[in-house]
Amino acid sequence: MTTLTSADSATAPEAPVGPPASGRRRGRSGVWRAFLSNRKANVGFGMFFVLLVMAVFPSLFTSVSDPTAPGKFMPRLTPSGGHLFGTTSLGQDIWALFVYGAREPLIIAVVAGGLATIVSVLVGVSAAYLGGIPDDIISFVTNVVLVIPTFPLVIVLSAYAGKPTLTIMIAVLVVTGWSYGANQMRAQALSLRNRDFLESARVRGERRSYIIVFEMLPTMISLIIANFLGAALYSVLAAAGLQFLGLGDPNSDSWGTMLYWADSQSALESGTAWWAILPAIGIAVLGVAFALMNYAFDEISNPALRPVRRQRGKKLASRLRPASAPASAIAGGGGRK
Amino acid sequence: MRYLLRRVGFFLLTLWAALTLNFFLPHFMPGSPINTLRAQTKGRVSDAQLEQILTSFGYKPHENIFEQYIHYFGNMLTGNWGVSLGSSLGTPVSKLIGQALPWTLGLVGFTTVLAFLLGSLIGTIAAWRRGGIVDSVLPSVFVITSALPYFVVGLFLILFMTIDNTWLPSSGNYDTSIVPGFSPGFVGSIVKYAALPALTLLITSIGGWVLTMRNNMITTLAEDYIRMGRAKGLSDRKVMLNYAARNAFLPNLSGFAMSIGFVLTGAILVEKIFNYPGLGYQLYNAVNSIDYPMMQTLFMLFTVAVLGALLICDLVTVWLDPRTRAKG
Repeated sequence: MTTLTSADSATAPEAPVGPPASGRRRGRSGVWRAFLSNRKANVGFGMFFVLLVMAVFPSLFTSVSDPTAPGKFMPRLTPSGGHLFGTTSLGQDIWALFVYGAREPLIIAVVAGGLATIVSVLVGVSAAYLGGIPDDIISFVTNVVLVIPTFPLVIVLSAYAGKPTLTIMIAVLVVTGWSYGANQMRAQALSLRNRDFLESARVRGERRSYIIVFEMLPTMISLIIANFLGAALYSVLAAAGLQFLGLGDPNSDSWGTMLYWADSQSALESGTAWWAILPAIGIAVLGVAFALMNYAFDEISNPALRPVRRQRGKKLASRLRPASAPASAIAGGGGRK
Repeated sequence: MRYLLRRVGFFLLTLWAALTLNFFLPHFMPGSPINTLRAQTKGRVSDAQLEQILTSFGYKPHENIFEQYIHYFGNMLTGNWGVSLGSSLGTPVSKLIGQALPWTLGLVGFTTVLAFLLGSLIGTIAAWRRGGIVDSVLPSVFVITSALPYFVVGLFLILFMTIDNTWLPSSGNYDTSIVPGFSPGFVGSIVKYAALPALTLLITSIGGWVLTMRNNMITTLAEDYIRMGRAKGLSDRKVMLNYAARNAFLPNLSGFAMSIGFVLTGAILVEKIFNYPGLGYQLYNAVNSIDYPMMQTLFMLFTVAVLGALLICDLVTVWLDPRTRAKG
């Protein structure tokens, strides 16, 4: 059965993505191995890991424990041994603000990205599996949510709801962020629907839920991961944008909030430029980390995209490659922001 | 034809859904708009007047909600958008939008189309010269630039350009010391003031187009009809543009329509950073001063913009791709 499956999904023209199709259980570790040997993935994961350590153990990086408390130090100190990047005009240590500010973006990325992905999978797979009129309705709703301009909606929502707490912000990001992935999940699940290995499970008399969870989802794992990375990237950027506009909790310690304060206190002009530069770098690094890992997954699921080293290899590869539209390739770009 | 009709149907249904959402949002949110407004106007406007202002965007506490809904719909569609409740209290929303629209269209519209076309071209070339210098360096570079937030790029541009060298202005839309008109000085100052925001938008948006176009091209280049084109002895340029790029461009095109929503995000952030008085800046102001009519109108217009772009891209797709015509 394993051989049948692999041969099947390797040649099926409508299979856009999917692990190297070497059976389901081995497929997962195959994705993992491919991830480890991809340079972009390694760089991206390394960047993410450094930020993660900083967020989990901030006391390793700074001795200040309550960075947002104003007036703790002299305002507008220039960088020195005591204050690596100086202090803000409100008398806070900039480096400590930056270190503790890593937490919120990371939480938002993982939680909002994760929840949005779960919703995408649920909606997309059930649309594909139900088919018919339920599918039409679900697809229509997905497309409407997809088309409605998200960020303006988020802005308007947070204006109506007042300054949002972290929970509300995550909820808003999930509500607006699931539709893109749901479309892709649906397409992928549709292409899997009539595959032999699912048919054989049906013939075996397995329950629907079993088939979806244990037969279907594992083959979609690389698309799901790519989706999570994209959703996490979107959440980080959108949340930081909201906070920068002053639509977050102004007392929270987060890179976006830092930028908001830096902007409203004209940090660039008043000699505390690091106040704005550090969080900007932080958000950029986190965003780039997710984008690199996301693109790495595109390369893993569509080997044609991998960097070519030698001319001969390229020509050979281009001849052997099955012709298929890389759905996840579209996911990777398209200005997801 | 059937394809287009379906798309128009989708357009209308989505517009209806967005307008409905827009109508019900203030109703479901905590707090009554009239209280917010009373605080906002600090007693300068009487309650009766406040209510009258609110009616223009569908708030009539004494009226049945369905009647409110119908009225709101009529008002939105006929351009009867009420008056602003923000800093320019009492000015018709349509007038304020009329003032801001050209700036956004000029800056954001132009930059977006430029980024799209330029990015697609670079992507085409990168995929065509697979393994060349362009192709080995650019993907990584563009993955990075496409993940950079607008305000980060804007911030660094401001930092490098204006603080150190005062090359380019970083705030406003034109030099106010010049009398507006079609003089070279005025046009020059518009271009100068637009340079930094445009560059910000370009840097952040071009990467996505390069990458998707490159990836589509790579897939397309493996198709049999490409080999066929070569076998016929067509020139490289013809195979690249008419055979490969034309097909690889199609997914990009639908991506373009979808990206208008993201472009609006960029417009809001970039216009805020550079104090550029376009629609995005106006939304920012409207949100800060809880200007309900302005917010509702802008949100409706943004949705219409995305839907309009979708429809245009559908038309172009029908023109580029004979298969969609055959289906109908």
